[in-house]
Amino acid sequence: MLGRLSWDSIPWSEPIPLITAAVVGMVIGAVLLLVLVKGWMPYLWRDWITSTDHKRIGILYCGLALVMLVRGFADAIMMRAQLALASGGAQGYLPPDHYNQIFSAHGTIMIFFVAMPFVVGLMNFVVPLQLGARDVAFPVLNAVSFWLTAAGVLLINASLVIGEFARTGWLAYPPLSETQFSPGVGVDYYLWSLQISGVGTLLSGINLVTTILKLRAPGMSYSRMPVFCWTALASNLLIVAAFPVLTATFTMLLLDRYCGFHFFTTDGGGNAMMYINLIWIWGHPEVYILILPAFGVFSEVIATFSGKPLFGYRSMVAATMAICVLSFMVWLHHFFTMGANADVNGFFGVMTMIIAVPTGVKVFNWLFTMYGGTVRFTVPMLWSIGFIVTFVLGGATGVLLAIPPVDFVLHNSLFLIAHFHNTAIGGVLFGLMAGYTYWFPKAFGFRLHEGLGKAVFWCWLIGFYLAFMPLYALGLMGATRRMQHYDDASWQPLMFAAFLGAMMILVGIVLTAVQLYVSIRQRAQRRDLTGDPWGGRTLEWSTPSPPPAWNFAVPPQVSGLDAYWRMKKRSREEVSMTSMTEARPFHMPKPNDTGFFLAFFAVVTGFSLIWHIWWLVGCGVIACVSVGLRQAWRTETEVEIGPDVVAAFQAGREVSA
Amino acid sequence: MRSRSAIPLLLLPLASCKGQGLLDPQGPIAKAEALLLWDATAIMLTVIVPVIAATLGFALWFRSGNARAKRRPDFIYSGAVEMVVWSIPILIIGFLGGIAWIGSHELDPAKPIPAEAAPIEVEVVSLDWKWLFIYPREGVATVNELVVPAGMPVKMRLTSQGVMNSLLVPQLGSQIYTMSGMATALNLKADRPGSYAGFSAQFSGDGFSDMRFNLRAVPPAEYSRWIAQARVGGRKLDPTAYATLAKPGKAEAGMYAWVAPGLFDTIIANSSKGSMPPMSPHDPEDHHAR
Repeated sequence: MLGRLSWDSIPWSEPIPLITAAVVGMVIGAVLLLVLVKGWMPYLWRDWITSTDHKRIGILYCGLALVMLVRGFADAIMMRAQLALASGGAQGYLPPDHYNQIFSAHGTIMIFFVAMPFVVGLMNFVVPLQLGARDVAFPVLNAVSFWLTAAGVLLINASLVIGEFARTGWLAYPPLSETQFSPGVGVDYYLWSLQISGVGTLLSGINLVTTILKLRAPGMSYSRMPVFCWTALASNLLIVAAFPVLTATFTMLLLDRYCGFHFFTTDGGGNAMMYINLIWIWGHPEVYILILPAFGVFSEVIATFSGKPLFGYRSMVAATMAICVLSFMVWLHHFFTMGANADVNGFFGVMTMIIAVPTGVKVFNWLFTMYGGTVRFTVPMLWSIGFIVTFVLGGATGVLLAIPPVDFVLHNSLFLIAHFHNTAIGGVLFGLMAGYTYWFPKAFGFRLHEGLGKAVFWCWLIGFYLAFMPLYALGLMGATRRMQHYDDASWQPLMFAAFLGAMMILVGIVLTAVQLYVSIRQRAQRRDLTGDPWGGRTLEWSTPSPPPAWNFAVPPQVSGLDAYWRMKKRSREEVSMTSMTEARPFHMPKPNDTGFFLAFFAVVTGFSLIWHIWWLVGCGVIACVSVGLRQAWRTETEVEIGPDVVAAFQAGREVSA
Repeated sequence: MRSRSAIPLLLLPLASCKGQGLLDPQGPIAKAEALLLWDATAIMLTVIVPVIAATLGFALWFRSGNARAKRRPDFIYSGAVEMVVWSIPILIIGFLGGIAWIGSHELDPAKPIPAEAAPIEVEVVSLDWKWLFIYPREGVATVNELVVPAGMPVKMRLTSQGVMNSLLVPQLGSQIYTMSGMATALNLKADRPGSYAGFSAQFSGDGFSDMRFNLRAVPPAEYSRWIAQARVGGRKLDPTAYATLAKPGKAEAGMYAWVAPGLFDTIIANSSKGSMPPMSPHDPEDHHAR
């Protein structure tokens, strides 16, 4: 009846997941209770859960990412504590079967459920506003994408208390991830949560590519498009090209595990090397899917806070698109040590280094954007400067690892771990935090607390260096990744320093929460009434903060780069007057519950597949199809917005001002 | 080499520790790889240091409060600057790319190390979670200890029973994956007698952290004595003994005085047919015990 699921699937003997689950359960219960008692449920349902507004969905994505950052970071600090203890003969406090789940979950969560939703969320929120569009191309599909991502999050968190998570590392290399060596449900949790959220990501990529290609404001040719939109275009093109590879690869592994196929098994003609090639054909573009939008954020932030247009716009665009193409030609550098011949290794080594050229150009262009400008040291600008300094180090160690003979000895070492955290934290995370601070007032209508924001930045910056520079050293000294304990006691001081670094980052994360709380409490005095708190250059700053559901009552006319900057130069009044007079009725999508219900039944299906509850799989699939059919037969999906509604919105703003 | 360890990033932690791993290379491969690492680092630092200095310098000099800074809000394009910013990375990467291309050929793990004497041949099998070293010419085998003559090249063929691993002795240089059903090649050499830590660098399951071995490089004369002694012991590595050894679990260092001829190739051939001594299934209830 319940497949492989039984009372013993709950890890009753392990206090860490049980206590965590109890606390998380109580928090969720308390929040739900509060929502019900206060009567907020209808509001939440109408304005958030079923929302098709790209801004709301973007905010939901970012919120999901911040919550999962806490989960992924909890894993990180447990690992650092384990390695600070498990030196010499000591075994630390985490046995291998638990420790292996933790590092697998940390990697999976940080990439798929922190970095991805945060990046997708920022693009969702910002891109239509920068393009001068009213929404994305397919608003209902956008909600479906978000809720499928949330479904993946729910499944991966369920593995904490029901069963176990994968103990294979974050990419689940076979043959270790095959049934023969990993017969438990851990790998199935991994595969199904990523399959479901992967579909969401692919749909989101299609949506944003279409939006950028088709919904730009009148006059916004490609050469007038903000750089963030260019990086978003490159990133989403990569999603569209790469995610199907991931889905297909996981499908093959699922067939091995569920149907006894032999794609990657050790016997029956299977070949695990094929999986490793395929997963990195997705995996390397994935790196650029994350970093390119971060580059876009830095481009916007540095231009705005230097009071100058971006230096070398065309170079920037060319570099972005070059990286987009090149990122598909370097995957083999993740396994130079597989035994390919020298020509193959040499080719992929050189290709990898070539990516450093457009990246280097970008760094120089950011430098010259500051040159001659008027630099304001706001929080987003601090993240950007911290990024440039940190990222060039990470880029340099990346080039080192791209030299095949160097990689032969440093592959899989802690040097590699330090390198990719150097780019993932110093690049992606710094970019996301810059973007979060930069666009927060646009999303909510008030600014975040400046002093606390600076404190968060310094905690992350110092914490990062303290946590990862020792790892570079340890890697050179011969320490490899995924060790649960180690013999060489002389490594312990460095491991302890890394633990202190992680504690410092913990302070940064706590302060982020404090900053949010304090800023909300003080929102009255932090209110942004102009819609343009930073002296912005692109169209999102021409809207009120927060923008109305329709963003622009009248599509803005774009006559060059930095469209809003030009408008401000001409005359701000003139522009807003014309928008009022020319407003004609238009249509906006209604709230739609398809995404929520589809994701709900996707969770049911995924969970029952993981536990082999076949009758429930059937029910779940039928329910998903039914939700889709119901959507297909809907006829009234849009609502008309007339000039009266627009006028009422404007009047409401003037009253509150 | 120690004096140059002042070159790489963040050198404070390095100063405190003794030479280990790539900081104290003990063979021609590791020395060449370490040299490449330091050279490439030095080349890149010639760009990185000025870039970091310029980042901080530009940001501070052009801060909004500095009245002496000359503002040039229209400085958004300059052909000369564009030329320079594309040229610098292209030149550096062109140079490093050449190094990478030549290095991959010179230091190809499969390439024999030139030497007067014929290399020692070793066949390596990674098992859950131990290393088996077969000396095919001598007909002996060891577990979790690899004894080689110092100053002579070692030619290895490697495979895996089951999951993937990677054999690495950092002080000697290159690693290579071990994969079921196929053989990879690795050539290493220890210049001086000594004891060097080796381990698996590819995560392979619950016993991974204990999958270590000691590579002992001894003077050639002592190596011959060691082989002679190894042949005296009573343990034989026949298919039955191999099946016992292949069961998942940790192992102490040990020796076999006799090895079934062609065992290495049999392991490769059988594992791709799936008829190897079956791995004891990791069943879910049993996980925690291991």
